[in-house]
Amino acid sequence: MTTTTTLDKPVKAPTFRDVSTGRRIKNNIATGIIWLCFAIALIPLAWVLILVVSKGFDAVASLDWWQKSQKGILPDQTGGGVYHAIYGTIVQSAVAAVIAVPLGIMAAIYLVEYGRGTLAKVTTFMVDILAGVPSIVAALFIFALWIATLGAPQSAFAVSLALVLLMLPVVVRSTEEMLKLVPDELREASYALGIPKWKTIVRIVVPTALPGMISGILLALARVMGETAPVLVLVGYSKSINTNLFDGNMASLPLLIYQELANPEPAGRVRVWGAALTLILLIALLYAAAAVVNKLLTRNR
Amino acid sequence: MSSEPSTEPASPKAKKGHRQGAEVVFRSLATAAGATIVAAIALIALFLLIRAWPSIMANEANFFTSTEFSTTNADHLRFGIRDLLMVTVLSSIMALLIAVPIGVGIALFLTHYSPKTMARPFATLVDLLAAVPSIVFGLWGVLVLAPRLEPVQTFLNDKLGWFFLFSDGNVSIAGGGTIFTAGIVLAVMILPIITSVSREVFNLTPVTHIEAAQALGATKWEMVRMTVLPYGRSGVIAGSMLGLGRALGETIAVLVVLRTSAQAGHWSLFDGGYTFASKIAAAASEFSQPLPTGAYIAAGFVLFALTFVVNALARLVSGGRVNG
Repeated sequence: MTTTTTLDKPVKAPTFRDVSTGRRIKNNIATGIIWLCFAIALIPLAWVLILVVSKGFDAVASLDWWQKSQKGILPDQTGGGVYHAIYGTIVQSAVAAVIAVPLGIMAAIYLVEYGRGTLAKVTTFMVDILAGVPSIVAALFIFALWIATLGAPQSAFAVSLALVLLMLPVVVRSTEEMLKLVPDELREASYALGIPKWKTIVRIVVPTALPGMISGILLALARVMGETAPVLVLVGYSKSINTNLFDGNMASLPLLIYQELANPEPAGRVRVWGAALTLILLIALLYAAAAVVNKLLTRNR
Repeated sequence: MSSEPSTEPASPKAKKGHRQGAEVVFRSLATAAGATIVAAIALIALFLLIRAWPSIMANEANFFTSTEFSTTNADHLRFGIRDLLMVTVLSSIMALLIAVPIGVGIALFLTHYSPKTMARPFATLVDLLAAVPSIVFGLWGVLVLAPRLEPVQTFLNDKLGWFFLFSDGNVSIAGGGTIFTAGIVLAVMILPIITSVSREVFNLTPVTHIEAAQALGATKWEMVRMTVLPYGRSGVIAGSMLGLGRALGETIAVLVVLRTSAQAGHWSLFDGGYTFASKIAAAASEFSQPLPTGAYIAAGFVLFALTFVVNALARLVSGGRVNG
């Protein structure tokens, strides 16, 4: 078909030509690599989760695991439970939350509603810096202040204090985000009715933002539960339950894992993976609660 | 955020004094809470310094250049941070080199490649990596990943041993408790933060830029390279710095993975040893005498200063707030 008539030929070259092979290949390679990156991220996630569930399941499946402590259990013996460590983990993070939540919410209210000028800028910057402070430094600070300078003993409360530092920036940020989402019209309507600013914040702004705030707090709680550095520095391990916050050793799940990791017996390994699964279950529970709170409370509006 | 309304809404004169009182109290409380956070950072620096200073003064070795860290004899403290700094920097940089390209790839995937309806669930999946406690990553690293990386490390050591990063380390490769393994574990741990910050800026790419690229007939990759990547560059850098900050300060995963070594390190990925954070955590149970403890607090102060600078730079580069 080399000798076609002029009528068969297009009058002019087509405006759009196919993408050249080189560019198409490059595009396909890039697409492939980008999909691959995502797949690569899922490998460790799936690997870790499957591993922990499969290795920890047997330990967690027994009732004793949830009802007993390690009191009187020798390193090479199987048996006992981690009730004492669950108790410690929950108590330490709950006490931290009791301090960090009001402080964080007030700081966020300051930043969103009142903050102007230098102090507000410095505060915003410092919240970001605090978010980047390594947990071991937070622990060391509490050690230097609470134990070395004030002479308090190592205790679960010292751990809580360190966790406060780690929770604070997370609470401030999530609260800030939620407060910013509250429409200004709501505030203006309230002012127009003659309601003072503080009452507007307490009665109108905060309740509107509450679902998001609560789920943010639950996520912050989940984040500090797995922190290991503070418990290593600020409290000793105990095999039995200690209800005294201010003195004595208290177990927690991360501390128990670290402790049993040094135990070469098979029974130790069982406890290591069991405690890891328990910790992940606790954190998953908080994540689920955060999602539910967000869904339920937002739908009612 | 709120446009500053008049702080005194129209109110009867009689009640004004009382109302203003409550307003002042509430505002002071909020301001005090904000100031507490500023004070906390200042106090961290102050108390670490106060506790570390006597030990630094009593130190018989050079704090910055010595590779020793001997605190057993309180009368003859000899400690330096050179080795700690080396292991910390080497493991963090390796983590960064792995995590940044992958993190940027994931962020691109989530913003421009994944099916639109799946973008959110996929993003949640990557965020879940951040929810896994670091001790669990440590367990995975030392008990499962390290033995599997052993052949890889042996191979690299055999073939590329002439290059200092892959030369023989100060610990045996057997078992895999090296900086190489720690770097990979750290890379997994900092992936979510790099991804989320990059994703945020990639999402902000102006639609007009993207449409302009498409109008010129760019392929998807060309569009990404011409508009999304240049636009998001500062965000990617900021996210990487935040990731670096995390990697520098990560304690337990490194402590569990890295095998300890009496010998000084020499910039090999197959070294063992301690980072700042893991050194402090490892010695924490022996914090009884003030002078030896001060040596560790001094190391902690250096770590604090290091992460402070890295995090501050991240904010500077991003020119404002980045979340994560």
